[in-house]
Parts: sequence; C-alpha cells; structure tokens
Amino acid sequence: MTRGRLRPRVVFAFVLALCWAIQSMAGEWMPLARDGIHDPKSRAVKILQQPQEALSRLTPDNAGNQVRWVQALDKTEIRPREKLFAKTEVRKLDRDIILDVKGGMPAVRFPHRQHTEWLDCVNCHDGVFKMQTGATKITMFNILQGEQCGICHGAVAFPLTECMRCHSIAKGDKQPVIPPDVNMQMHRSRGPAP
Amino acid sequence: MKKLSKLRAGFLAGLIMTLLAVFFVDINEAQAEYGDVVINNYSDGAGMRPVVFPHWFHRMRFRCKVCHADLGFKFKAGGNEINMVKIIDGQFCGACHNGEIAWSVENCNLCHSGKPNTPTQVHESTVQKLAQPTGAPKK
Ligand code: HEC
Ligand code: HEC
Ligand code: HEC
Ligand code: HEC
Ligand code: HEC
Ligand code: HEC
Repeated sequence: MTRGRLRPRVVFAFVLALCWAIQSMAGEWMPLARDGIHDPKSRAVKILQQPQEALSRLTPDNAGNQVRWVQALDKTEIRPREKLFAKTEVRKLDRDIILDVKGGMPAVRFPHRQHTEWLDCVNCHDGVFKMQTGATKITMFNILQGEQCGICHGAVAFPLTECMRCHSIAKGDKQPVIPPDVNMQMHRSRGPAP
Repeated sequence: MKKLSKLRAGFLAGLIMTLLAVFFVDINEAQAEYGDVVINNYSDGAGMRPVVFPHWFHRMRFRCKVCHADLGFKFKAGGNEINMVKIIDGQFCGACHNGEIAWSVENCNLCHSGKPNTPTQVHESTVQKLAQPTGAPKK
C-alpha cells in the first residue's frame, strides 16, 4: 500500500468521525444515567426528569444548555416565578451599556433588560460592578477566570465561546482580531470552595 | 521503500486513534448538563451520595433572583455551607423543598443522586471542555 492511497482514506475517516462527534454534540442531551455525575445505580436516575424531555421544546441554541433562554422567556415558553415572598420588590431596568474595547474586537453591548428579567440589581451592584458606566475596569482576562461577566457566563448563562453575543457592535466591517494574549483555555470548571 | 511507508501509515493510524480516543473520552466525561452543580462538602463524609443541583430544571420555574437574591445563595458551588439542619429549618433548598412549593426532604435520593466521590463543581458545556487541554489540573 502506498502512502498516496492511504492518506486520503485516513483523512476521510477522520473527517467523518469528527462530523459525527460534532453532530452528536448538537441538539442532543445526555441521559442522566450516562452524564458522568449522576450515580447510575441510584433509583433517582429513573425518577428525575431527563434534560432532553424538557429542553428540546424550547428555542434552540448551539451552546450551553442548547436553549436560547432570553427568547424562551420573552416568548413565554417558560414562566419562571419572580419571587417567593409577597414583600419582595421586583426591580427591572431597560438600559443598554456600551463598553468599547481597545484593539480589533467589536465593542460590547451589555443589556440591562435581559439581565434584570432574570437577576436583581444586588446580584451585580455594587459588589461586582459599580453603578456608573466606565467605573469598573472590565477585562477579558478576568472574565475568562470566572470573574465579572464570567461569574455567570461560563457557568450557568450562555458560555464564553459565544464571543459575538457580547461583542455585538461591529466597528465598521473590520474582521475581529483575537490578540495573542487572550487565552481561551484559562476558564475551567471551578473546584471546591476554599 | 515499501516497508517504510507501511511503518509510516501504521504510525499515522496510531496517532489518529490516540487523538480520537482522547477526544471521545473527554466528550463522554463532559456531557453532564451545562450548569449542573455537584455539592459535596459533607455528603461523602456522611456516607450519602453527593448532591446534584440542576440549574436548567430550576430556572424553568424560578428566576435566578429568587434564589440568588431573596434566598441568599452565593454564586459559588459549595460556598453556602448547606447542611440538613439548615434545610429542615427552611433555609436554602428547604425554603422550597418543604412539601409546599416542592416535595419535601424525605426524598433523600432525589437530591443525593451523585456518583460517590464526585468533587464539588459546576458543570460546563462540552464546547468549553473541548477548548481546554485534557487532564488540565482543576483549580
Ligand atoms: C448582570 C449584572 C447587572 C445587573 C443585574 C444590573 N446591572 Fe446595572 N450595570 C451593570 C454593568 C456591567 C454596568 C456598567 C458598569 C461599568 O461600565 O463600569 C451597569 C451600570 C449601571 C448604571 C450606570 C449607568 C450609567 O449610565 O452610568 C446604573 C444606574 C445601573 N447599572 C442600575 C442598575 C439597576 C437599577 C439594576 C437593577 C434593576 C441593575 N443596574 C442591574 C451590570 C448589572
Ligand atoms: C449574575 C449573572 C450574570 C452576569 C454577572 C452577567 N450576565 Fe449576561 N446574562 C445572564 C443571564 C442569566 C442571561 C440570560 C441568557 C442566558 O442565561 O444564557 C444573560 C444574557 C446576556 C446577554 C443577552 C443574550 C441574548 O440572548 O440576548 C448578553 C449580551 C450578556 N448577557 C452580556 C453580559 C456582559 C457583557 C456581562 C458583563 C458586563 C454580563 N452579561 C454579566 C447572567 C449574567
Ligand atoms: C459575557 C460577555 C463576553 C463574552 C462572551 C466575550 N467577551 Fe470579550 N469582553 C467582554 C467585556 C465586558 C470586555 C471589556 C470591555 C471593556 O474594555 O470595557 C471584553 C474585552 C475583550 C477584549 C479586549 C481586551 C481585554 O482583555 O479586555 C478582547 C480581545 C476580547 N474581549 C475578546 C473576546 C473573545 C475572543 C471572546 C470569545 C472567545 C470574548 N471576548 C467573549 C465581554 C465578553
Ligand atoms: C432538597 C434537597 C435535599 C434533600 C431532599 C435531602 N438533602 Fe441532605 N443535603 C442536601 C444538601 C444540598 C447538602 C449539603 C451537601 C454537601 O455539602 O455535601 C446535604 C447534606 C446532607 C448530609 C451531610 C451534612 C449534614 O447535614 O449532616 C447528610 C448526612 C444528609 N444530607 C442526609 C440526608 C438525608 C438522610 C435525607 C433524607 C431524609 C436528605 N439528606 C435529604 C440536600 C438535600
Ligand atoms: C432554585 C434555586 C436557584 C436558581 C433559580 C438559580 N440558582 Fe444558581 N445556584 C443555586 C445553587 C443551589 C447553587 C450552588 C450553591 C452551593 O453549592 O452552595 C448555585 C450556584 C450558582 C453559581 C455559582 C457557580 C460557580 O461558579 O461556582 C452561579 C454563577 C449561578 N448559580 C448562577 C445562576 C443564574 C445565572 C441563574 C438564573 C439563570 C441561577 N443561578 C438560578 C441555586 C439556584
Ligand atoms: C425556589 C424554590 C426551590 C429551591 C430553593 C430549590 N428547589 Fe429544587 N425544586 C423546586 C421545585 C418547584 C421543583 C419541582 C417539584 C415538583 O416537580 O413537584 C424542584 C425539583 C428539584 C429536583 C428534582 C428535579 C427533577 O428532575 O425532577 C431536585 C433534584 C432538586 N429540586 C434539588 C434541589 C436542591 C439540591 C436544592 C438546594 C441546593 C434545591 N432543589 C432548591 C424548587 C426549589
């Protein structure tokens, strides 16, 4: 067998396997018994709801829970409760903050509306962000380490791989440039509390 | 000449097999639902399975603010020092799992459903896992 004949075949097989792997990641939720954190021997895996059953009915996404949660809520596909106690004041704000980014990345639009549908002001103010545009130095480095926006994005809200969902304001029609000092591998699951 | 290319092919195939193996093992290990939290500060030590808290299930029913503002859950897996005394007293999970808003604490197995010895963690998406070096030390 010559190298010339073998190589295309190997490459083809590899591409096929890769396609299959990517395919199997999209639009499919792992059954609880095989998800690696539930004990398959526990009775619970037969009783608990399978993610597939609930999540496949909601507006799809290609990352995180594979649900576009903002749209699922806006379209009232889900109606999550806003409070448990009658006295709780539900606070919302509809104001976009534009955070300009030095260098080639498109600027970031932070929408208060979508956030305050889910969250209360105290979840961010004044512990994480000051209530004044530009008063907090926000960097991609901190975010990738699970601070600032990365507290939620990368753990529960849509993951950080979706750059353009935050960097949504294009500067002209320049292509985004990822600077060499941004390390995509920095953000990993956080372990036990110290 | 022929021998050499065979050797090469074998080497190439081997390399691709290892690559695939690494790739798939990682996927399998990483497929827990995004945002699932394992809480295991005390469970293993007390002979119970670790607790698995599914964010996806709860956020379909409650906004984040209900738990993270009103009930005071801190944004830190394992950072709330939850135990059964507090839960039965109506704090944390016990604010809802009291037989009124949700089923009560008798259903030990439904919360304590994790694989023994799974460390406290938040589960992140497959995509993100794939972007990480395999076997990276967990902080
Ligand atoms: C998810 C986090 C988050 C939540 C929740 C949130 N904010 Fe903000 N807020 C921000 C960020 C980020 C900024 C911009 C900070 C900066 O530029 O340094 C900001 C800025 C502000 C500003 C300054 C705006 C300006 O024009 O200078 C005000 C006022 C504000 N927020 C009010 C609120 C109120 C009121 C609520 C609750 C209804 C709220 N925020 C909820 C993240 C949040
Ligand atoms: C306290 C948690 C939290 C923090 C901090 C936070 N977010 Fe979010 N963000 C959410 C949640 C929850 C959603 C709803 C969508 C989801 O869960 O995927 C959301 C949605 C968004 C959306 C809208 C996506 C859409 O589908 O329309 C953008 C854009 C966004 N976040 C950007 C930011 C930026 C930029 C920051 C930092 C300045 C930030 N977020 C900080 C929790 C957070
Ligand atoms: C959750 C929202 C969010 C996501 C997702 C996100 N970014 Fe950012 N990024 C920000 C914010 C906020 C800043 C700071 C803006 C400022 O300067 O005030 C920033 C800044 C940056 C900067 C400027 C340099 C620096 O370190 O601050 C670069 C480059 C960057 N991001 C690249 C990326 C890339 C590449 C991705 C995708 C892999 C990404 N970002 C995903 C929110 C996000
Ligand atoms: C609503 C969810 C829930 C239910 C139901 C539940 N637990 Fe727990 N339990 C927890 C959480 C969360 C922790 C903290 C886990 C940790 O940090 O290891 C915990 C911790 C424990 C611990 C170790 C800490 C301590 O308080 O001693 C024991 C033992 C325990 N549970 C036993 C039980 C038993 C027995 C039952 C059934 C009668 C039960 N649990 C039902 C959520 C629950
Ligand atoms: C039913 C209650 C509940 C709801 C609703 C809820 N959470 Fe949580 N959240 C928890 C619990 C419990 C933990 C784990 C705390 C512990 O281990 O002590 C947690 C942990 C977290 C963490 C910390 C993860 C880490 O990195 O350690 C983040 C971030 C978070 N939640 C974000 C959110 C966001 C965003 C929403 C809304 C989309 C949300 N949560 C809705 C109960 C809830
Ligand atoms: C804000 C209220 C609330 C809090 C706080 C809460 N839960 Fe729940 N939980 C619910 C409701 C409502 C259900 C659904 C009950 C039903 O279907 O009857 C539920 C269901 C569950 C389920 C079963 C999911 C399934 O697949 O059926 C588990 C497991 C669970 N909760 C664990 C926890 C743990 C662990 C905590 C604390 C760390 C917690 N919950 C805190 C409201 C809450």
